[in-house]
Amino acid sequence: MAVDASEIQKVANLARLSIDESQLETTADTINRILELVDQMQMVKTDHVEPLAHPLDATQRLRKDVVSEENNREQLQSCAPVVEDGLFLVPKVIE
Amino acid sequence: MYDKSLSEQSRALANGELSSLELTQLYLDRIKKLDGNYNSYITVTEDLALEQAKAADERRATGDASALTGIPLAHKDLFCTEGVKTTCGSKILDNFIAPYESTVTHKLKEAGSVMLGKTNMDEFAMGSSNENSYYGAVKNPWDTQAIPGGSSGGSAACVAARLAAGATGTDTGGSIRQPASHCGITGLKPTYGRVSRYGMIAYASSLDQAGPMTRTAEDAALMLNVMAGFDHRDSTCLDREVPDYTAHLNDSLEGLTIGLPKEYFSTGLDSEVEQRVRDAVAEYEKLGARVKEVSLPNLELSIPSYYVIAPAEASSNLSRFDGARFGYRCENPEDLMDMYKRSRSEGFGEEVKRRILVGTYALSAGYYDAYYKKAQKIRRLIRDDFMNAFEQCDIIMGPNAPTSAFNIGEKSDDPVAMYLSDIYTLSVNLAGLPGMSVPAGMANGRPVGLQMIGRHFDESGLLNAAHRFQQVTDFHKQFPINS
Repeated sequence: MAVDASEIQKVANLARLSIDESQLETTADTINRILELVDQMQMVKTDHVEPLAHPLDATQRLRKDVVSEENNREQLQSCAPVVEDGLFLVPKVIE
Repeated sequence: MYDKSLSEQSRALANGELSSLELTQLYLDRIKKLDGNYNSYITVTEDLALEQAKAADERRATGDASALTGIPLAHKDLFCTEGVKTTCGSKILDNFIAPYESTVTHKLKEAGSVMLGKTNMDEFAMGSSNENSYYGAVKNPWDTQAIPGGSSGGSAACVAARLAAGATGTDTGGSIRQPASHCGITGLKPTYGRVSRYGMIAYASSLDQAGPMTRTAEDAALMLNVMAGFDHRDSTCLDREVPDYTAHLNDSLEGLTIGLPKEYFSTGLDSEVEQRVRDAVAEYEKLGARVKEVSLPNLELSIPSYYVIAPAEASSNLSRFDGARFGYRCENPEDLMDMYKRSRSEGFGEEVKRRILVGTYALSAGYYDAYYKKAQKIRRLIRDDFMNAFEQCDIIMGPNAPTSAFNIGEKSDDPVAMYLSDIYTLSVNLAGLPGMSVPAGMANGRPVGLQMIGRHFDESGLLNAAHRFQQVTDFHKQFPINS
């Protein structure tokens, strides 16, 4: 499967990345070379093979739904770009 | 003292031959004098190290010391270290002071080890050459024209250049074993789930695993004794007893069956690298091991499978870097979307963006079955190949990489060529197995490691085989002449 510049633009948008117009073609070329490598997988028949999510077939461990961490908002927000009154500030979302 | 192994330094501290403060100062002086040549550290935590060294000496005086008390270590800059800059090799985290401590570094700190600093790495652990760092490429101490390997290249280079007694690394597709091989040191990637991933900045969560990078197998055993173990804060960490990894180092190798996968010795393998690996295997035969050819028929598929699974998981993990809660935010964002897009595009490097794009594509509507699910099916085939091979042998041996370290710049414009050089290491992560690299001599003037792969949770078996090899060889004692 190959992607063109407009598909790269779509995928970049999904990934919240911006790619300069002048870079679209070269980016598409590189991604296509990677996809070509990856497409070798399609030559193998795997109809009756179960996907492997964990090499030891372990499943996600569950815990009781109770608070386990203490509140350390101040410390966690100390590395935020902009905070005010304990809130993370971002550009205006609603007019 | 700096040219002694971690284990020897530990004994010297125990015998009172020197203090941790003296040992720590010795390394700090060496870093100042020499690291300009290698760029192996991103941050040197001098004041903290001296403070921890004093505390270690006081602790020893009270008779409460462990093997690692007072030992100066370096940590890959991917482990969150509370109050200390943690960059993951990225501009996006250039201003990030971690607000909490990773389990691995916490345990090593509790054991009394000293942190010298944080080591350079490929950005977000994505790379095989350490050229993808916002803080500049790391140079191989054996030859500064050469890459040190990646992604734990800073950790490998600082141990090789004797700028730390030992270091932590992480391995998602070979990132401990390949740089250990290229820098002539010992590196161990444990079984998936053996060591907690809590506080490790995630790349590909189903593959990432932390391990020790040291001069000797005995050193690695001492570090793994502290690093391994269950942690309720990592939901994929496995609840298995931690053995004493030093207990079986000296066991006899009589009757051990070594499997040599024929696919590891096919075209593309440099003849000198092959010869060093075969020489090492011959040493094992002298130690009483038997050698058998085995097969891993789906080995080649590990590259496509890995380069779907890892980018897919990365694209999801790296969505947390949004410019809102931590890390880099672009100047004057127009709106929320502009903030996300520009913060990420300006903050991430080229290879990281490339993998995010591939991963996002592979997970996008209509492509999931053809890519991620298909890759996971192939992952099972690869795991089962290893299980079949381990019916016939106890340990698998081969090269870590097709060549010794290549030159800086040689493959940096060709991501596909770079990916292909990971052929011998990726499958071990896909199968969740423990793997190790031990120094095995030189090829084309640069170090080569022997890769050893064990059954799940058989770190003790790998360490035993590595230690016995190091009793009869001295490759691990050699270090670059200029350092």
